[in-house]
Amino acid sequence: MNTDHQHSSNRFYKFIIYILLIALAIIIIVPVGWAFLASIKQDAEFYGSPWALPEGIHLQNFTDAWQKAKMGSYMLNSVITTAIALSLLLVIALPAAYVLARYKFKGSTFWNMLFMAGLFININYIVVPIFLMLNNGDKSMRSILGQPIFLNNLFILALVYAAMALPFTIYLLSGYFKTLPKEYEEAASVDGAGYFRTMVQVIMPMAKPSIVTVILFNFLSFWNEYIISMTLLTKPGLRTLPVGLMNLMAAQKSAVQYGQMYAGLVLVMLPTLLLYILVQKKLTQGMTMGGLKG
Amino acid sequence: MDNRKGRGRFIFFCLAPAVILFIIFLIIPTIDVFRMSLYKWGGYTDHKTFVGLQNFTKLFQSEKFYQTFQNSVLLIVVVSIVTFAFALLFASMLSREKLIGQNFFRIIFYIPNILSIVVISAIFSAIYDPNNGLLNAFLNLFRSASSDPILWLGDQKIVIYSLCGAMVWQAIGYYMVMYMASMANIPESLYESAELEGASRRHQFFAITIPLIWTNIRTTLTFFIISTINMSFLFVMAMTGGGPDGATEVFLSYMYKEAYTNSSYGYGMAIGVVVFLFSFALAAVLNAVTRREHLEY
Repeated sequence: MNTDHQHSSNRFYKFIIYILLIALAIIIIVPVGWAFLASIKQDAEFYGSPWALPEGIHLQNFTDAWQKAKMGSYMLNSVITTAIALSLLLVIALPAAYVLARYKFKGSTFWNMLFMAGLFININYIVVPIFLMLNNGDKSMRSILGQPIFLNNLFILALVYAAMALPFTIYLLSGYFKTLPKEYEEAASVDGAGYFRTMVQVIMPMAKPSIVTVILFNFLSFWNEYIISMTLLTKPGLRTLPVGLMNLMAAQKSAVQYGQMYAGLVLVMLPTLLLYILVQKKLTQGMTMGGLKG
Repeated sequence: MDNRKGRGRFIFFCLAPAVILFIIFLIIPTIDVFRMSLYKWGGYTDHKTFVGLQNFTKLFQSEKFYQTFQNSVLLIVVVSIVTFAFALLFASMLSREKLIGQNFFRIIFYIPNILSIVVISAIFSAIYDPNNGLLNAFLNLFRSASSDPILWLGDQKIVIYSLCGAMVWQAIGYYMVMYMASMANIPESLYESAELEGASRRHQFFAITIPLIWTNIRTTLTFFIISTINMSFLFVMAMTGGGPDGATEVFLSYMYKEAYTNSSYGYGMAIGVVVFLFSFALAAVLNAVTRREHLEY
C-alpha cells in the first residue's frame, strides 16, 4: 500500500519535471527558431501576427543583406579577423604556456603570477585606453609615414583579440602541460632532440585535445565580439559581422526592412550554431575543464 | 655551457611574444585607467591637467551616477538570484533523475551561450516590440486586444526587467552545465543511503547536493557579479543604448559614453576605477559571508 502510494507520487514528480524541462526548452528554442522563420518572411508579413508562419520562402532577404547591407563583405572581415587572431593566439600562447608550465628559470614564478593576474583584467574597462593608445600611435604615424596604420586595421584588431585571450588560454594550456610526466623531455633529450624539436614534435601532438578546446572557445568569442571591433574599426565600410548586424538593427528602426535584418542575424549565428551542433560535447566538457570564462 | 645558453635562449623566444603583447594591450591600458582617473583630459588633445581626486568627488555628486549605480545593483541582484535558482534547479533535475532526452535538454539549454549578444539583443527586441512583438501578441490571447500595448523597452519602469529577462535567458545554460559538472562528482551511494532512510528529494537536495557543491557555488557567485556587470554593458549597448532617459544606463555603458562619446576621458576612467573597486569589494564580502567548513565525500 505504502509503496504503491510512493510509486504514484514518484510518477507525478517525474511528470512535473518533464513539464518544467520542456517549458524551458520551448522558451529557448522558440525565439531562435522564430528568427530563422522571420528571415524568410516578406516585409509586409511583419505587420500581421508575429506568430504566423512565413507565407513562402523569401530568399531575397539574404541577397539584400549580403549585397545591399554589405553583410557579405563584413562576413569576409570577420573570417579574416577570426582566422588571424586564432593563428596568432596559438603561435604565441602555446610556447609561452609550455615554458611557463615546465621550465624553472629566473622570474618564472613572477611571470606565472602575472599571467594569472591577467585573468582578472576585464576587456570592457580597457577598450577606451587601447583606442586612445592606437589613436596616438596613428598621429605619430601620420607624420612619419603620411598615413595612419593602427586603427581600421583588421590585423591590429586580430592582435588585440589574441592579446585579450592570452591569460585564459595560457592558464588552460599550462594546466594541461603540468600534468605530463617529466620523462617525455628526458627521453627526447637522450634521443638528441633540441628544446624546440621536443616542444613541437613531442609535446604539441599530445596537447591536441586542449588545443581543440582553446580553438573552439576563442572562435566563439572572437566571432561574436563587437565592443572592441566597434571601437577600433571606425570606417563605415570596415566592420565585422556583429557590428554590421547592430547597424542593421539601427537602420531597421527608420526604414522598415525587417526581413533583411533577420537574414543578417541568421548569417551571424549560423556558423556558431553549426559548429555547436558538430562539437557540442567537446564544448560543454571543455567548459568545465577550464572552469571559468568571462 | 652551450646547452645552458641554448636553454635560456629557448625560454626567451617562447615567452617574449606573449609577454610583449600582454604588456602592451593589457598591463599598460590597465595602469592607464588608474592613472588617467586623476587627470582632467578630453582624450584627443595634448592638454592634460592633474586634478587629484576631483573626478571622484564630481562622480559622487552626480545624480546620473546614482541612477547608474541603482540600475547596475538591481541587475546584479535580480539576474544573479533568478539565474542561480533556475540553473541549480534544472541542473539537479537533469543530473539526479533518469530522464528520456537528458542529453537533448542539456544541448538545448546551452545554445544561448554560443550566440553573440548582438544576436540575442536583436531577437529580444523583436520579442519586446510593442506592436508586432511576440510577447504582446502572446499576451493578447489573454487580455482584450484593444488595451494599450505594453512598452517593454519603452517604459522606464519596465525596461530594466525586460533587460533582466534577456540576461537570465542567456545565462541559465552556462551555470547549469557548470553545476551539473560538480554534481556529477557526488557519489551515488550518498543518495542511496539517504533514500533508504526515507529522506525526501527536497531533503536530499538541501542536505547532500547543496553542501557538496558549495565550493563551486561560491566560485560562481563571484562570476555572477563580474559577468553581470559585463553582460549588462553588452546588452545595453546593443539593445537599449541606456534609454529611455537613462533607465537602463549601467556602470560600464556610462563609463564608455563618458570616456569615448563625451570625451571626458579622465572622468570616464574614474568611473571605471570605482566600478572595479566596487565589484572587487562585493566579491570579497560575498566570499567571506559564504565561507563554510569544507566537506569531503
